[in-house]
Amino acid sequence: MLAYIVRRLLYAIPILIGVNLFTFALFFVVNTPDDMARMQLGVKRVTAEAIQKWKAERGYDKPLVWNAAAAGSAALTDTIFFSKSVRMFAGDFGRADDGRDIAREIRDRMGPSLAIALPTFVLGLFVAISFALLLVFFRATALDFSGVVLCVAMMSISGLFYIIGGQWLVSKVWHLVPISGYSGGLDAAKFLILPVLIGVIGGIGSSARWYRTIFLEEIGRDYVRTARAKGLPERVVLFRHVLRNALIPILTGVVVVIPTLFMGSLLTESFFGVPGLGSYTIDAINAQDFAVVRSMVFIGSVLYIVGLLLTDLSYTLADPRVRLQ
Amino acid sequence: MSFQPVVLWSDALLFVLIAVIVGLSLWARRQDALRGAWARVARDRVAMAAATVLAVFVLIGLLDSLHYRARLESPAGATARYAVEVNSALDALLTDLRSRTEKTYSAPLATHLFAREALENSTQREFPRLQHGGAQLGDELSGHEADIAVRVLRGVAGGLVAWLLLMLLVRTATVGSGGTALRTVAMTLLPILLLFGVAISLGGGYHVFGTDKVGQDVLYLSLKSIRTGLLIGTLTTLVMLPAAVALGILAGYVGGWVDDLIQYLYTTLSSIPGVLLIAAAVLMMQVVIDTHPEWFATSAERADARLLALCLILGMTSWTGVARLLRGETLKLRELEFVQAAQAFGVGSFAIMRRHILPNLMHIVLISLVMDFSGLVLAEAVLSYVGVGVDPTTISFGTMINTARMELAREPMVWWSLVAAFSFMFTLVLAANLFADAVRDAFDPRSSA
Repeated sequence: MLAYIVRRLLYAIPILIGVNLFTFALFFVVNTPDDMARMQLGVKRVTAEAIQKWKAERGYDKPLVWNAAAAGSAALTDTIFFSKSVRMFAGDFGRADDGRDIAREIRDRMGPSLAIALPTFVLGLFVAISFALLLVFFRATALDFSGVVLCVAMMSISGLFYIIGGQWLVSKVWHLVPISGYSGGLDAAKFLILPVLIGVIGGIGSSARWYRTIFLEEIGRDYVRTARAKGLPERVVLFRHVLRNALIPILTGVVVVIPTLFMGSLLTESFFGVPGLGSYTIDAINAQDFAVVRSMVFIGSVLYIVGLLLTDLSYTLADPRVRLQ
Repeated sequence: MSFQPVVLWSDALLFVLIAVIVGLSLWARRQDALRGAWARVARDRVAMAAATVLAVFVLIGLLDSLHYRARLESPAGATARYAVEVNSALDALLTDLRSRTEKTYSAPLATHLFAREALENSTQREFPRLQHGGAQLGDELSGHEADIAVRVLRGVAGGLVAWLLLMLLVRTATVGSGGTALRTVAMTLLPILLLFGVAISLGGGYHVFGTDKVGQDVLYLSLKSIRTGLLIGTLTTLVMLPAAVALGILAGYVGGWVDDLIQYLYTTLSSIPGVLLIAAAVLMMQVVIDTHPEWFATSAERADARLLALCLILGMTSWTGVARLLRGETLKLRELEFVQAAQAFGVGSFAIMRRHILPNLMHIVLISLVMDFSGLVLAEAVLSYVGVGVDPTTISFGTMINTARMELAREPMVWWSLVAAFSFMFTLVLAANLFADAVRDAFDPRSSA
């Protein structure tokens, strides 16, 4: 088991290097730092000095990968590639355009992101699986059919509609909770209820339908017939046998998401004014803060790779037959 | 000629796509297995209704893809000059809607502007009269409701007549043939034509869905958004398919270091969260477009380039899933007898992949094509909201929602742009989802059990 984990972690290294090289190419080779400076400064204020100053502020005035002017190992380290890309492995993301340390900002903003993403995830999973089990329990009846129709209709609605509609109905018409905002401590609950609720409702359609397909596939298996034949009530068949056997396909889709919960949700956070990583990313995109976007891409990939590893480990918990070597 | 045709890159690709679809369907008619699968789709009533709705959307999108530049007035004999503005056949059909702009917001079917303004000869701030909405009523506004009712009735009657004429034509053309499929199409066309009739009849005198901030008719904007949604939904899959198919089959069939390399490539790409990858790539593409203004003759061309680039970027993030599926399926096919027989006969690897493997993967390609469509249409709106979507000058559901969102805090609310965009989008995506389900059920060998 331990050997397996270590080997998987070693496999992750070339992938992270690949992600790193890819982002480096995307941000510094497709466009030169001069291009970025010209774009950010706007056409009117572009002078050679302004570009130089912009680049010097961000440390983009070094050579890309090989500094011929420097001596010894500095030829490799005193470059954009080393200072901006390689340093990310050490958790050093540099500074954003407003001068703040990105790594620190990320640590501060993780909490609010999790405060929304985690309840949404857990509650959403619970509601979707329960709904899917309900539909499977009443399979091939009018209830099942209308449930599937509801799912298809719900997944055809834009996520933006759920947010805008929810804010309008709950906050503006019913005045139940504030439209947006955030605060620490227990006070946060009144800000969190609505985004979590909207997140759960918006996700039901596609996930419940997906779980229903998985359960229906399992229900045709022989062991289910055996369970029924020995006289188990349908309720027990569903919860004890079908649900447990359907765990593997469910885990495949679900566990990989858990680490990325740290990243928060772009839409929810920006609509509800939550100071998490999602709104941080959106602000960075709108302000064209390349350093922040680059860091978020890297962190996102790291978390995704961790998620893949966790998925494999979770199989051993769900299914005793799975042995990882 | 009174106009100069303009073929934007996206138009060209769209026409290529149509040609490919027509070619493939002609080819599929001769294949028994494919004809059987499509016949199953045709027997599905929900699928046929959805297909009819989709066809109407596609028709609007195609009309909107025939671009031209109108000829400017110039003395006879002089060399012809053409307008900078690029219009489409749809614009020409909707000249009325397009040209009758108001000053700013007005509610659906309203006769007055939405906001009070200081009028010239009065000290009070009042709601100014609309220039076009309800202009036929005169100043006294006598019979506003009656006028609307008459127009609705006339629209319903017109739609009904159009439908009956159409049915008569079809009836005479296909005597005896035509089963449930045609009947479903006919039943779906009835409400569509009724809606069209009402919209045309009301649109002659009012702004059916109101007007937006700069006074443009929201119905016109919604119709124009359809093309953008369709393009993003189809071109994205089209541009990524060749690479995904080639790499997937290569990895599965050749194996060895080729397999390792391709797997590494798509694992790396797919481990970057989609939205972030798209955001980063779009930011970079914006820099390229902004620093090379000389590449584009008109602003329409620039917006078009950005739309295409967005499709490419979306394709870059979504090809990995298809490639993985195809690789897995190729691994299975490679071990089957017919492939081994071909190998024993000395058929080359390339020929085997093309003639024996590829045709057996087409159902996966088709299924992923139709399944991805609705997700991409929805993604466009979200991306435009995040600021990494289409060009702000391109009319799309995303840009409509984005501009309307700013006005939500207003009291009373400006809701009609949002409602129009969301309902058009919902209809399109729902139809696409239903159709995709039917196609998947018909083509997926696992589902036939």
